[in-house]
Order: sequence, then C-alpha cells, then structure tokens
Amino acid sequence: MALLEARHLHRHVAGRLLWQRVGFTLEPGQCLLLVGPSGSGKSLLLRALAGLDPLEGGEVTFRGQTQQSWRMPAYRAQVMYLPQRAVLVGETVADALRHPFSLRVHSGLTFPQQDARSLLRDLGRRDDVLAQTTANLSGGEAQLVALTRALLLRPSVLLLDEATSALDVDATHQVEALLRGWVQEGERAVIMVSHDPDQRERLATAVLALSVR
Amino acid sequence: MSEPVALWQVALAAGLMLLSVGLSAWMKLGLGRDILVAGVRMTAQLLLVGLILDWVFRLNTPVPILAIGLVMTLLAAQAASSRPRQRYPGLLLDSFLSVFVSSFLLTGLTLSGVIRVRPWFEAQYAVPILGMVLGNTLTGVALSLDRFTGDLRARRGEVETLLGLGATRWEAAHPLIRDALRTGMMPTLNSMLVMGIVSLPGMMTGQILAGEHPQNAVRYQIVIMFVLAASSALGSLSVVLLAFRALFDGQDRLRSERLRGQRDR
Repeated sequence: MALLEARHLHRHVAGRLLWQRVGFTLEPGQCLLLVGPSGSGKSLLLRALAGLDPLEGGEVTFRGQTQQSWRMPAYRAQVMYLPQRAVLVGETVADALRHPFSLRVHSGLTFPQQDARSLLRDLGRRDDVLAQTTANLSGGEAQLVALTRALLLRPSVLLLDEATSALDVDATHQVEALLRGWVQEGERAVIMVSHDPDQRERLATAVLALSVR
Repeated sequence: MSEPVALWQVALAAGLMLLSVGLSAWMKLGLGRDILVAGVRMTAQLLLVGLILDWVFRLNTPVPILAIGLVMTLLAAQAASSRPRQRYPGLLLDSFLSVFVSSFLLTGLTLSGVIRVRPWFEAQYAVPILGMVLGNTLTGVALSLDRFTGDLRARRGEVETLLGLGATRWEAAHPLIRDALRTGMMPTLNSMLVMGIVSLPGMMTGQILAGEHPQNAVRYQIVIMFVLAASSALGSLSVVLLAFRALFDGQDRLRSERLRGQRDR
C-alpha cells in the first residue's frame, strides 16, 4: 500500500492560482524530490501535506486514511515536516533533542541517547555537540540537529524543506547517505525540496516539478 | 467627614498651576499651553463626573447603575482592544467578554460577599469599586493580549515547529500563553510589592483624608488589592484563551492569516 497519496491539490495565494492538479503516490523506500523556481509554492505544498495549512481542494491520504480523518498530532508524528529554518527549543542540543519526547503523542517513546549520539556522528558531528548551546549553532548545524530530532521520533514520512541548504558539500553528502539508508530500513519515504540538480541525480527516485504560472 | 472645599479654594489651587506656567515661560519650555489645556480638561471632566455621581448616588434601583457599569465596561474593552499591534477579527468582542465577565464577577463578589453592602448595588460602593477593577482588568487584558498575538507573529516558527513534531495546539501554544499571562499580571504584582512603601494607594489616602481610621482604610485597601489581582488574572486568562481559540483551529493549526498588523488595516 502507498504510504502517502495526494490527488488534485490546488492552492491560491492572494487570488493567484499557485498550483493545481498536483498529485503523487509515495511508496515505501521512495525519495521524491520537489523542484521548481522560487515562488512556485514548494514550501506551501509541504505545509499542506503536513496539515499545517488547510487544504483548498483535493485529498491527501496517509496509509489509506484521509488526512482529515486522522487526529493531527498522530498524523504529524508520522508525516513529519521540517521547516527550512529549524527552531530548536531548549538550552542545549541535548535539551532540544529531548524536548519533543515530552509531547503527549510521543509519550510511548523514551529519549534514545545512544541513537542520538550515533546519528550525530553519522552526520559528522563530534560527541560534545550534545552539550553545546543551541543559540551558538550555525544555521547548518541547527539543520542537522533538527533532522536528528525528527529521526529520533521514528516518523514514516519526512517532509524536508531544503534540509541541506545551509550545509557544506561533505555534510550534504552525509545527510544524503543517511536518508538513503533510512528509507530502506522500513516502511519509510522522504519528500524533499531541493534546488540542486546534482542532488536530484544522487538521491531522487522520483521528481515532482512545480512551475510558476 | 473631611473639611469641605469651596469653589474659591479650588480657584486658589488653580493659581498654583500658574506657578508651572510661569516657570515654563521663564525657561522657554513651551509647555504653557499644554499645562493650561490639561488643567482645564481635568477640571471640566471631574466637575462633570461629580455631577453624574451626585445623580447616580440618589438612584436606588439597580438597572441604571448596571447600565452605567456596562457603559464603563464598553469603554474599558474599547481601550483594551486598541492596544494590541497584531489584531484578528473578533478581538473587540473577546476583550469585551473578558473585561466584562471578570470585572462584574469580582465586583459582584466583593460587594455582596466580602464588604456585604446592603443593597448590593449601592452606587456609593458599586461605581468606584467597579471603576478600580475595570481599570486594572483593562491593563491586564490589553498587555496579555498584545503579548500573545505579538508572540504568535514573532515566534511563529517555534509554534509551527512544535506542531510539525506532533504537538497539540495547546502544547504548541503553552509557552506563549504562560508568557502572556505573566506579562498581564506584572503591573498588578509589581504594585503590590511596593504598596505602602513606595506608593500610598489613592483609595486609602482618600479614605484617610475623609476621616476614616487608618486601620480600616488599610483593610479596605488590602481587600481591593486582592480583588484587583484576581480580576486582572481572570481577565488576562480569559482573553488569552479566547484569542487562542480564535487563532488555532480544531485541526491543530495556527491560523496566522487571521492576524493583521495594525498598520495593514
């Protein structure tokens, strides 16, 4: 069964039709790259898939059930959205990673400190990053911590809004390698906004292109 | 009773104002006109309110007194709702409901339960107490609403990050609600901390001037301060909860498109 499906989505902004008849089927193991020029509404599409904006028309289904029939916290715990500018809540990186485990929807999970360490190591971070103050992180480091935070919560679908935009080449490749492995490990898939044509070559199993009208 | 003040004595005091006008002229501060306008306005407003209160105090049915209270509440809600820089449709109604419910509830409880005035609507007690409660509640409501809607704009990224991680709307808004309530309560709490040390409250001073025993005037003031604190807490809480209900929907979404900066209108 498809993990996430979208049919006939459309969206207006300030009276202007941004996109229409957007649809796709996301199977487990897939990495769908969302491409298109600035202002074509890529972020808005991810927000709609995450249920952060109301759907204007069309339908999104996750595991065969429409988005509206899910309780949104449970849905978003599975279809997890990472905004382009990551906000880390907490004093240190460890606090920021631990914070969402206090949410009711994740009450069945305990914070896996070992997994956090090994994920951060896979992303090229040193072990002492956990004790760093979040306010002192660079934009790229904050993106990596936000990605780690999301992965620790065991979602099924990751919606990544330019998750590698502030990263250097090495870190970008590390993120790609991590995501390639991650989608293979279970019923998982990724939708990712990207501006980088090479990234499409390296990572995409499918591409969805939005255009400016 | 205190010494009565005749009109010629008021005029004598007005002469004192000429002192500041003269000082302004001598030092070329250019404040003379402002001082005169402020002095005349203050005198006219207070004389008018004196006349109205004279009339109100002779009433002995609750309806006109309640009507006056309602007009005062409307003016307070209007003032409270003009403060927030980020606005949403229904903001005036929300601030009216919060100011109205908390002020009338607390004033009613004070009149009938604590001070035990007979009859409970006795204007000599009801009008000044409602006035003080409204003044304080309005400050709490205005500050907490301004903080909450301003934070929803400024900290939108934080709220939506939490929603995206699976937070309920309540979990995502909770830090902002807490900060808004602290902001709304701050003036009342601060004034309680220094009361009697730095400031002598006006009501207590007035009662003492009117010949009341200081012990009793102090007790009155303590009662009033607790009422003011309770009403501004209740008003802040209800306005923030109403704004929360208006700006988040049942699908745990922040509806930031409902917020408008004051200058956009």
